Amino acid sequence: MEKRRVVITGMGVVTPLGNSVADFWKAMLESRSAAGPITKFDAANHTTKFACETKNLTTENIIEPKELKRIDEYAQFALVAAHEAIQDSGLELDKEDLERIGVLVGSGVGGIKSFEDEHRKLLEAGPRRVSPFFIPLMIIDIASGHISIKYNLKGPNYSVVSACATASHAIGDAYKTIQRGDADAMVTGGAEAAICPMGIAGFNSMKALSTRNDDPQRASRPFDKNRDGFVMGDGGGIVILEELEHARKRGAKIYAEMRGIGFTADAHHITAPAPGGEGAVRAIRLCLKDGGLNPDDVQYINAHGTSTPYNDKSETDAIKAVFGNQAYKLNVSSTKSMMGHLLGAAGSVELIASVLAINHGIIPPTINYEEPDPECDLNYTPNKPIERKVYAAVSNTFGFGGHNAVLAVSAFK
Amino acid sequence: MSLEEKVKDIIVDKLGVAPEKVKPEAHFIDDLGADSLDTVELVMAFEEEFNVEIPDEDAQQITTVKAAVDYLGKKIG
Repeated sequence: MEKRRVVITGMGVVTPLGNSVADFWKAMLESRSAAGPITKFDAANHTTKFACETKNLTTENIIEPKELKRIDEYAQFALVAAHEAIQDSGLELDKEDLERIGVLVGSGVGGIKSFEDEHRKLLEAGPRRVSPFFIPLMIIDIASGHISIKYNLKGPNYSVVSACATASHAIGDAYKTIQRGDADAMVTGGAEAAICPMGIAGFNSMKALSTRNDDPQRASRPFDKNRDGFVMGDGGGIVILEELEHARKRGAKIYAEMRGIGFTADAHHITAPAPGGEGAVRAIRLCLKDGGLNPDDVQYINAHGTSTPYNDKSETDAIKAVFGNQAYKLNVSSTKSMMGHLLGAAGSVELIASVLAINHGIIPPTINYEEPDPECDLNYTPNKPIERKVYAAVSNTFGFGGHNAVLAVSAFK
Repeated sequence: MSLEEKVKDIIVDKLGVAPEKVKPEAHFIDDLGADSLDTVELVMAFEEEFNVEIPDEDAQQITTVKAAVDYLGKKIG
């Protein structure tokens, strides 16, 4: 039986670079950094005192004011991004079979800030003062729950978690859900809001974050020789995936086609990538095979490119292992150089960046690329966007735990 | 501020309702749009504001504005 084809018909974002797809893209074309001093809490005693924070979130007409206290910021990001994506898709939900539309939104750590706040109450005032909203504020599946409740979407509904690969696993699973016939459309992606005292302290203790406090805007410098860790970001990204005939029947605009997924495990270490990016190599290969793509069909790789010494080297090795000489003809870029690392939302906002690259024929840059690292010798699209026709793009994400999730999208033909 | 006014303020704040809707006979769930989690939160806010402990069996009886005012009035004497 022929596989059902799945296309992307709606996109929405909340990011440090802007809270709409249009603003997000504009900021990337301007090669802008969203980094700045942390304002969400007093970080005076933290080793890292800066991040890429989402600002000026508007929940008006999307979340009722009295509901805000029941919804952690991470799920608010998911709801606002989902609102833009659904509007953008043109889906008229009152005319749809809502049992055939599902939601699959992930998060790396969910309501970690709510956990912090309520734990403080537990210690200071005792267990009876812990809010009855604590559990539904914190749990990772609640973003999918809120979106289904708001739009009355009654199809498959759950979440997935795989640290920084979360959103790619979510989108990949949603794609397969439609492909195998369990839904006709899926609202899918990831959201994260971990810029809080525990979030920064935890990553600081791992030595995973950049500590370039004197120059935050130049701290996220993937593949540059002087990279010293990632810069935390927050936000959410949601795409509407739709079965091709369903999209055609309603005359939907089609941004791109979902082509392939590659999911693997390193089975190596809790945080360090496997030597040579072995798990990533297999994930990229599986993804191309799943999508029926040859290496030379691909022009752009949106890299995981965290700006940590380990990741960027092993990811470079992985790309070279899969693409051989063709690797040097690719444009690779890490949009984390501009918006920071959105952890469980990274895979979705970066897939959206990849789709925009296909749609506009422009590849967003890796900014702050100043000194080449001999161990990272690919074309990282340094410092400014370039024009290039892109047929297929690959988006890499790798999560602590050794999770690798790679997605491929192509121009719709 | 009287006990009644304090109770009313807490209800307005926690349930996000207009002050004029908070009449003595108003039922938290049926009239003020609360769900079971809201009512738990409301009772916790009463405990905190008036520095009392409200056992679960008592909390279940506090379903209207008047019931809350009467109960707290007795409790704090």
